[in-house]
Amino acid sequence: MGSTQLPTPRINGTGQQFLEGAESGDPATGMVQLLGPDGTLGTDPVFSDYAKRLEPEQLRGFYADMAKIRRFDQEATALQRQGELALWVPLTGQEAAQIGSGRASQPQDYIFPTYREHGVALTRNVDLAELLKLFRGISNGGWDPNENNFHLYTLVLAAQMPHSVGYAMGIQRDQKLAEAAGSNDPKAAVLAYFGDGASSEGDVHESMVFAASYDAPVVFFCQNNHWAISVPTEVQTKIPLFNRAKGYGFPGIRVDGNDVIAVHAVTEWALEHAREGRGPVLIEAHTYRVGAHTTADDPTKYRESAEEAEWRGKDPLERLEKYLRAEGLADDAFFEQVKQDGNDLAAYVRRTAVALQAPDIHDAFAGVYAEPHPLVAEEQAWFTEYEAGFEREEEAGH
Amino acid sequence: MATMTVAKAINEGLRATLNNNAKSLLMGEDIGALGGVYRVTDGLLKDFGPDRVVDSPLAESGIVGTAIGLALRGYRPICEIQFDGFVFPAFNQITTQLAKMHFRSSGKLTVPVVIRIPYGGGIGSIEHHSESPEALFAHTAGLRIITPSNAHDAYWMIQQAVECADPVIFFEPKRRYWLKGEVDTENPGPASDPFKAHVLREGSDATIVAYGPLVPVALAAAAAAAEDGHSIEVIDLRSISPIDFDTVEASVRKTGRLIVAHEAPTFGGIGGEIAARISERAFLHLEAPVIRVGGFHMPYPVAKVEEDYLPDIDKILEALDRSLAY
Repeated sequence: MGSTQLPTPRINGTGQQFLEGAESGDPATGMVQLLGPDGTLGTDPVFSDYAKRLEPEQLRGFYADMAKIRRFDQEATALQRQGELALWVPLTGQEAAQIGSGRASQPQDYIFPTYREHGVALTRNVDLAELLKLFRGISNGGWDPNENNFHLYTLVLAAQMPHSVGYAMGIQRDQKLAEAAGSNDPKAAVLAYFGDGASSEGDVHESMVFAASYDAPVVFFCQNNHWAISVPTEVQTKIPLFNRAKGYGFPGIRVDGNDVIAVHAVTEWALEHAREGRGPVLIEAHTYRVGAHTTADDPTKYRESAEEAEWRGKDPLERLEKYLRAEGLADDAFFEQVKQDGNDLAAYVRRTAVALQAPDIHDAFAGVYAEPHPLVAEEQAWFTEYEAGFEREEEAGH
Repeated sequence: MATMTVAKAINEGLRATLNNNAKSLLMGEDIGALGGVYRVTDGLLKDFGPDRVVDSPLAESGIVGTAIGLALRGYRPICEIQFDGFVFPAFNQITTQLAKMHFRSSGKLTVPVVIRIPYGGGIGSIEHHSESPEALFAHTAGLRIITPSNAHDAYWMIQQAVECADPVIFFEPKRRYWLKGEVDTENPGPASDPFKAHVLREGSDATIVAYGPLVPVALAAAAAAAEDGHSIEVIDLRSISPIDFDTVEASVRKTGRLIVAHEAPTFGGIGGEIAARISERAFLHLEAPVIRVGGFHMPYPVAKVEEDYLPDIDKILEALDRSLAY
C-alpha cells in the first residue's frame, strides 16, 4: 500500500470578516427603547412620533391591562396548584410585550398566538375564563377565533407561523378584490407570535421565506424571553434574532419588550407597514420569563436567581407606574382601582373556571369531521349502545 | 363524452374548479409555467394568473401550512406535493394541524384543504419517487383520503375533494397518469359520491379489492382467472378513508373469499384494516382467510427490482389460488 498524501489545511482569515454586521451580540445594540427602567421617557428618531400620539387614557389603559393580566396569571397559577387546572403557562414579566403589541393591533387584524399570549387575548377581548378551558381539559381550543380575530393557541411549536402567512396571503387577495370593487374597508394585517425557542423550528424559516416571496402582510412578533424551558437563547442563535430578517429581505427590529410604549410604537409601525402592502416585518421583543416555563417546570435547576433579580429590576409595570405618577397622569386612586379590577377579574375567572363542566364524549365524536363520516358514526353508535348496556344492567338490579 | 388521460382529466377537473369556485387556488412547486412535473396543472397559470396558480417556494411544510392559513381565511387551497416521498416535511402540518383544526375548535373552524400527491411505483424512478404512504395518513382521524383509478373518476373526484368541508388527501396513481378513458364532463353518474367503492366487475367465486394504480391489475387478474373458469368480483375502493365497508361486505357475503391488493407494504396497511373489519362483519360468510397482496416490509427498492416488489397479476392470481383452494 502506498502512503496517503493529506492536503495541508490552508484557510485565509478566521471567517469573521464575512460576519460583519450580523454579529452584534450585545442586547442593548440597536434596541428600541422609549421608557427606561427608571420611568423616564427617552427619544427615538422613528418611534417617538408614535409615542407622542398616545393619549393619557391609553397609557393608563396599558397599565391597567398589564396589572390585570399579571393578577390573572397569579390566579391561574393558584388554580393549577389547587388541582383545578392540569397545567398553567405563566406570562409574568412579558406583560409589556403582549399588551403593547396587542393594543397596537386593530379589530380587522388577525392574531396567531403561541400558548402564552394571555395578555394579547385580553387586548382582543377574549373571555379569560374561556382561555382556561384548554388548561382544564375541557377543550383543545376554548373560544371562537372568528369572534375576536384571535386564533386558538397552538401547542406544536411554530406550527401557527405558516398559517399566519397563508392567512395574510388570503387578506392580500381579499384586499385586491375589495380595492377593485372600490371598497374603503380598513386594510388588515396578521400578527403572529413565537418565541426564541421556536425560532429554531423549520416552520419559522419556511414562513419567513413564504412571507418575503409574496410580500405577505404579516408581522412576526418574537418574544425573546431568554429561556426555552431550560435552554438559553444562545443555544438557539448566535446572532440577535431580529438580525435574521435581513437574510430574508425584510425589516427586523429589536425592541425593549419590557417597555410597553416602545413595543406599542414598533408594532404599530410594523402593522402599518404590512397593511400598506410593503411586506412582512420581524419584531424581536427583548423580555424575560420571570416565572417558570409552565407549572411543571423548576427554573432553579437551570438558571441563577441573580439573573431573575436583575430582570425584576426592569419590570414593565413599575416603570410605567413611575412615569404615570411623575407626569401626574395617574394617582393613588387610579392604582387602587386597578388593583380592585384585577381582584374582580381573578374572582370572576376562578368562579367561572371551576364551574366549567367536562364535555360529553359525544361532542368529541361530533367534532372530528365537518361532514358526516361513516366510521365515526359507527363508533359513536357502538359506544352509545355500550353505555346503554350498563344502564340496562343497573335498571335490572345487577 | 371525451377521451382523455388521467392527468388531463385532473387538469380539466382543476380547471372546472377554478372556474366554478372563486375561492379555490392551486399551490405547489413548479405548478405554474412548467405545469407541474407531470404537467397536471399545464396551462392553468396562463388562464387563471399567479394569484390562483401559485408557484411556491420549495418547502412542503410551508405549502401545507400556508394552505391552512388560506383556508382559515375562507379560501379553498389545492396543494400539490411533487412526489409521494417528499410529503414528509409536511407531515407535522398535515397530522397535528390540518387534521385536528376542526376538532380542536369544537367545530368552529373548517380547513377545506386538498393535498394532491402523485403516488406509487412502476415507473422506473429513483429513490423517494415511488412510495405509497396512504396508511400513514389513513391512521389520522380528521383526514379523508381518496384515489381515482380512471379518468372519469379523476375528473369528478378532484372537484368533489375541493367541495368537501374536510381536508382531503388526493392520491394520484402516477403510473396511470397516461391511461386514457372516457370522461363524461356533464354528468358524474356513479361517481357522484367520492367516498363510495365501485364494483367494476361482478363475480361469484371471490372478491378482489384494489385502489388507484392496482385497479387495472386486479381487473386483468380477474380476466385471467375467468379463463380458468373462476368468476371474480373486482372492487375499486376509491376512498381509503373512510372505507366503504358496506360495499366490500356485501360482495364478500356473496363470494365468501377476499383478496386485498395495494402497492404499500402489507404490514400495518389498508389491507389489514379491511381484513379485520370484514372478519368482524362477515366471519361466517368467509370460506377462506382474507389474503393481502402488497409490498414487502422494506423501503421501496431500486427500480431494477421493483417488478419483484410490486403486486402484479401473477401475485394476485397466486393469492386467488390459495383462497380458492382453502
